[in-house]
Amino acid sequence: MEYLSLFVKGIFVENMIFAYFLGMCSYLAVSKTVKTAVGLGFAVIFVLGITVPINYLLENFVLKEGALVWLDPAYATVDLSFLSFIMFIAVIASMVQLVEMIVEKFAPALYGALGIFLPLIAVNCSILGGALFMQERQYPSIGEATVFGLGSGVGWLLAIVAIAAIREKIRYSNIPDPLKGLGITFILTGLMGMAFMAFMGIEI
Amino acid sequence: MAFNKNSNGYTFLFAILMVVLVGAILAYTSLSLKPMQKANAAEKKMMNILGAIGVPSERGAVKPVFAEFVSERVSIDSEGREVSSMTGEVNSSDAEDPFNIDVQKDYRSKAPASELAFPLFKCNKEGQSLYVVPVVGKGLWGPIWGYVALESDMETIYGAVFDHKTETPGLGAEIKEGFFQAPFKGKKINQVAPHFTVVKGGAPTNEYSVDGITGGTITSKGVGEMVDRTMGIYLKYFQSAPKAQK
Amino acid sequence: MSTDTATAVAPKKESLFSKKNRKLLTDPLDDSNPITVQVLGICSALAITVQVQQAVIMSLAVLFVMIGGNVIVSLMRNIIPDRIRIIVQLVVIASLVIIVDEVLKAYSPDISEKLSVFVGLIITNCIIMGRLEAFALGNKPGPAMLDAVGNAMGYAWILLAVALVREVFGSGAISFPGIGQVKFLPESWFMANGGFYENNNLMILPPMALITVGIIIWIQRSRNRSLIEEN
Repeated sequence: MEYLSLFVKGIFVENMIFAYFLGMCSYLAVSKTVKTAVGLGFAVIFVLGITVPINYLLENFVLKEGALVWLDPAYATVDLSFLSFIMFIAVIASMVQLVEMIVEKFAPALYGALGIFLPLIAVNCSILGGALFMQERQYPSIGEATVFGLGSGVGWLLAIVAIAAIREKIRYSNIPDPLKGLGITFILTGLMGMAFMAFMGIEI
Repeated sequence: MAFNKNSNGYTFLFAILMVVLVGAILAYTSLSLKPMQKANAAEKKMMNILGAIGVPSERGAVKPVFAEFVSERVSIDSEGREVSSMTGEVNSSDAEDPFNIDVQKDYRSKAPASELAFPLFKCNKEGQSLYVVPVVGKGLWGPIWGYVALESDMETIYGAVFDHKTETPGLGAEIKEGFFQAPFKGKKINQVAPHFTVVKGGAPTNEYSVDGITGGTITSKGVGEMVDRTMGIYLKYFQSAPKAQK
Repeated sequence: MSTDTATAVAPKKESLFSKKNRKLLTDPLDDSNPITVQVLGICSALAITVQVQQAVIMSLAVLFVMIGGNVIVSLMRNIIPDRIRIIVQLVVIASLVIIVDEVLKAYSPDISEKLSVFVGLIITNCIIMGRLEAFALGNKPGPAMLDAVGNAMGYAWILLAVALVREVFGSGAISFPGIGQVKFLPESWFMANGGFYENNNLMILPPMALITVGIIIWIQRSRNRSLIEEN
């Protein structure tokens, strides 16, 4: 039950895009068509689903105060948390490299369409944000951390596919020229953000 | 330099060198700055405790003020018994000093109350005995905490300060502001649960509740929950301890 | 291979402020603004534009990290292996930010408290990464530094504009670093005191930041029609 609650929270209540506004850069840039949006969304789910548990292990067995006791009880006061950012980023960047190679091999068309934004997942604030939230919230088990990661990824996918779908449709609407494309996307995202605020604070 | 910077060997070597260099720089920075950082954190804690009893203090000149107003630091267990006590200058490296109990860490560890020690600060202001209790909890976006000062009857609130990490500025973040904290003065801790509540902005309050922040409901409720829960833990101590004469 | 020592020959120093280099400073303010045109650095633009003082502090931090990052990576540009260049860039940025954070925590704890929330945001700020990748890797430290300053300024002015709108309409105040929030609307105007005015609380919430940026884009592209996207 706890898992389900975490998963659903990650999608709706604590949606990476609409609640925390993380991962906006690639969200805005890759949402021109639903196809690329879905591709990137799944890449994000994969990266989040893998990096959050790995970073969880890092956090609990290497970084936080007293984490190194399994090596030697004398290390109980060692606090390596100042290395958190670097280690999390290193894990994320490596995972993204892996994803890049997989996508290039198995879906070259998608690889071409995503372009620079595939490696940019490494800097996607939502991925590092996922790791930092996991660290902040101190999930008691790796299972919960993983479910949180996957839920957040699905939430991100939902957000980017939704905006891509709308953007595809409004191409046929009468938007003032200066607002076309990026401008209207910002306003739309703001409105969707307002709508998602209805979920704030819901406990399942 | 006529080497191949893209060769596997070089890449590997570069990566290792980078890791070692960065690790060394960061470790050095962190280790050499740690004492100052700890001192700053301890100072902030003292400023907050003094703030709860309404004594202003400035960074850099906190320690003597703290020594003047806070006469004793005790830790109590979940049964309300005093476990240890300390007076005199605060040493932030002394693990025995109740001042150094990390209530945030204890709260996050979700350890049962029976395993933890809870700090309490006995203060003396203008002849009046005051007791400061640290509280920690969860806001909307992150941790919130504070210090609640009780009068010598261990029931009436003398003052309270609250702080947060990442609450919404203008809304939840306002728990730091005077207008939210001032109404706590004079309120009482209910001897039966709920021991204290923060009601939704605008709703009527009684002597066991204060008004929350309109628009910052979840953070405000978080404050109420943490005060309620913490007072519940300290209640055994309050009910059994000898009340100092005013 | 150093090119910008203090004892540089006169022509070299002059070229630091040549027309081409001055463009590095001015382009990001409008035509290639990092937020509204390059679509980078959005996350932080939303999160820390609730108060003007937050925007100021963040802009200064970003300026510092960008200059440091651009110069360091530019100096290293000929020795970074291609395959790991993204990781190397990230490590440089992350290290700089961590050092800034640690130093602030020790020497200016109050500022550090305000900034600590943003530290993570600075590391993943796509602008910093983006400029490292797009410019610093292929240019000398001098122009790289100017590019950093230009983009940081472009970022800063958007941040300040959005923060000004949000804080004025959302809290009826403007905040200054070190001074705090200064309310400038007369108290008697507010409905709670029998007046007619009420702060627009929605402005304090992130969605309004998005909408404000959308409107800024609208204005920008109306003035500069070359930026309009063709479908």
